[in-house]
Amino acid sequence: MKTGIVFAGVGGQGVLTASSIIGVAALKAGVNVTMSEVHGMAQRGGIVVTEMNIGDVHSTLVGNGEADIIVGFEPVEAYRVLHKAHPGSSVVVNTEPIVPITASLGKAKYPDVNEVLDAMDGLNVYTLEATEIARELGNVITMNIVMLGALTALPDFPLGREYVIAAIKDKFPPRYHDINVRAFELGEQAIKK
Amino acid sequence: MPKYENILADEPGRKEFLLGNEAIVRGALEAGVDFASTYPGTPSSEIGNVLFYISKKAGLYFEFSTNEKVAMETSAAASASGLRALVFFKHVGLNVAADAFMSTAYVGTNGGLVVLTADDPSMHSSQNEQDNRLYSMLANIPMVEPSSPQEMKDFMKGAFELSEKLKLPVLFRTTTRVNHARGIVEYGELGKKRGKGYFEKDPNKYVPVPENARRMHRELLEKMEKAKELANSSSLNRIELHGGKIGIITSGVSYNYVADVVKSLGIDANILKLGFTHPFPDNIVKEFISSVDKVIVVEELEPYLEENTRVLAQMHNINVPIYGKLDGYFPRAYEYNVDVVKTALGKILGLNIRDNSYKAKEIELPSRPPVLCPGCPHRATYYAAMMALRQLKIKDAIITTDIGCYTLGIQKPYEMADYLLCMGSSIGAAVGFSKATDQKVIGFVGDSTFFHAAIPGLIDAYHNNANLVYVILDNRTTAMTGHQPHPGLPMNGMGEKAPYVDIEKLVRGIGIDWVRTVDPYNVQETIKAFKDALKHDGISVIISKRECALLWDARRRKQNEWWVYEINQDKCTQCGLCSDWLACAAIFKKVDEDGKERVYINDALCDGCGVCATICPFNAIEKKVIR
Repeated sequence: MKTGIVFAGVGGQGVLTASSIIGVAALKAGVNVTMSEVHGMAQRGGIVVTEMNIGDVHSTLVGNGEADIIVGFEPVEAYRVLHKAHPGSSVVVNTEPIVPITASLGKAKYPDVNEVLDAMDGLNVYTLEATEIARELGNVITMNIVMLGALTALPDFPLGREYVIAAIKDKFPPRYHDINVRAFELGEQAIKK
Repeated sequence: MPKYENILADEPGRKEFLLGNEAIVRGALEAGVDFASTYPGTPSSEIGNVLFYISKKAGLYFEFSTNEKVAMETSAAASASGLRALVFFKHVGLNVAADAFMSTAYVGTNGGLVVLTADDPSMHSSQNEQDNRLYSMLANIPMVEPSSPQEMKDFMKGAFELSEKLKLPVLFRTTTRVNHARGIVEYGELGKKRGKGYFEKDPNKYVPVPENARRMHRELLEKMEKAKELANSSSLNRIELHGGKIGIITSGVSYNYVADVVKSLGIDANILKLGFTHPFPDNIVKEFISSVDKVIVVEELEPYLEENTRVLAQMHNINVPIYGKLDGYFPRAYEYNVDVVKTALGKILGLNIRDNSYKAKEIELPSRPPVLCPGCPHRATYYAAMMALRQLKIKDAIITTDIGCYTLGIQKPYEMADYLLCMGSSIGAAVGFSKATDQKVIGFVGDSTFFHAAIPGLIDAYHNNANLVYVILDNRTTAMTGHQPHPGLPMNGMGEKAPYVDIEKLVRGIGIDWVRTVDPYNVQETIKAFKDALKHDGISVIISKRECALLWDARRRKQNEWWVYEINQDKCTQCGLCSDWLACAAIFKKVDEDGKERVYINDALCDGCGVCATICPFNAIEKKVIR
């Protein structure tokens, strides 16, 4: 049994933090996990992708067609990694775009978000306004934890929510536990709706 | 729990989900490392970040050296004094350290000396993808290659022991997908440290004047004969028998892909996984290739294992087909993954590889190249340079750049990068261009890179009367690699208060008179400095000094003080100065429901630097306090 997960977003959105929380959750659940991340160059505004295999796997990268779940922190970045998915994979997408500077400078336009979602035909697509949920919660940087709640609520996510919550509490100092657990729950609810 | 405290836990059997680079530190602690030195470089940087936090507590000495050569020399001396020392850097860092590295093989070691190189296949954050395994051949230095975070930890202890057995440094060769892999790592016992070392004086042993060096070379070759015996009996080299007559030889990260692909495709293949790869373990390989009908060598970049295997087959008349990259089955450029390995094995073994990947309907997407962060002081500096050049109508100025976040100045609209070789090349190249052409020359260098390799070049510029503008982008940290301290800051690698070098005094100390320190957030002052410098005949130095925005942001978040800027659409004329010319990553254009395109600021990205507000001719950008 193995589950390939690809996390994609934009530098500054907390993609690395979120994916390493899932890794710690797997460790807590007693399941093998490998993960790959890329650091370096500028830290904000570029593409960030982490790849994860939960189960009996050596590779830290997910092969093309081997991602069972795509976690898109940003619509266009979710689209960009779809070749990692296979027909029937789950895709959970935060629908709030971050328009790259290249679109502002008049090169390719940022597409309509619905057009991006429509292009995911044949996948199990779950959408939520994760950034808006985090903003309403009082801190927009908890968006990544909202996304983890949504990921955990997916029917094909292999780990129990208690492990993810425990891993979130490991990651942050106690004064931030309440807001992050709340963000997690709001993410779960957004998917269940 | 304080940062990285988990790395120090004295609990054998404990399991942690660690980054490869964190596992290296744990391995070094289990080996009882006494001394460590580095110059930060991705993908090795986090090793130093962890040591920065824990060295004091762990009772070892650690420094961010001025450059890799200095790091190599400090650790070599620690080893000569009987201590266990770890020196680490990215692959191109070994080029900088190479002079010292080559000599450590001759002079030899006393306490274990491990030299870690973090290679970067696919150049995720590097200017080349050189394969540093070839350095082990060039220098006659033994080499190990771990495949996973667990092996990063386990091999570290073995590497120190090996170094002490042979009295040679050991090259610990890693790659991005091991350094930046995370996996479950099981701890062993922490090692004992030696405290201070003692250097037993013995010039014949440690000073390679020609007479000694001739003897040393012979001794080195003898040591490598002994090393070969150790490689042939090493537990780091192992065979996984799965039956069948196909043999795959692999090492490092490629092993992971081979193991997964062999399993998923159900191939009956025996795998020779090499962990101790130089000297080449000839007996093991000879036996392995004699036992199969087909040999496939899987390794990223240069055909190091493959060439050695082919030589061995020729020498021993072993007539078995060998497949690799010399015959075109595997690529020589870029990192591997399961897909690359699957495709090549499919071709060699005549398998039909099914492509199960999802094919999305194609839509046109904007690219998202890495960009300078919102609030980055370099953006303000580049904007000022660009405006100064436009105002002076200089169109063909040659811009030499250097290694750091600011290399991103290559992008539009700034286009502040015409030539780059390596760390520190901004100034040497600027001198060359100023002599070889009559064009204006501007060089850009970061503060840490300035200390690393640009000072000799600046002395060259002064001494040879070069005509150029040199800009030191002093953002008070080594930003790109994760904010390590450098000699210009009042803190060292142990986190202690330290004397610091004042860049302006240093530049003036060379003898350069035209020096101006500016705050890039003061855009008008900075534009004026560029114009004055460009009009000056001779060498002029601008120090553009402003702390990295990420550090400033983090401090304000901690103090719970936050504000952003937003555009007052009533005042905004959509002139595009902020969106198209300053081109901040937080500023974007959107077509509103009325069909009109307007400029907005993304509140999740804006860091409140306010540079856009200072350049707005219509005062249309306003501060909004969040908390």
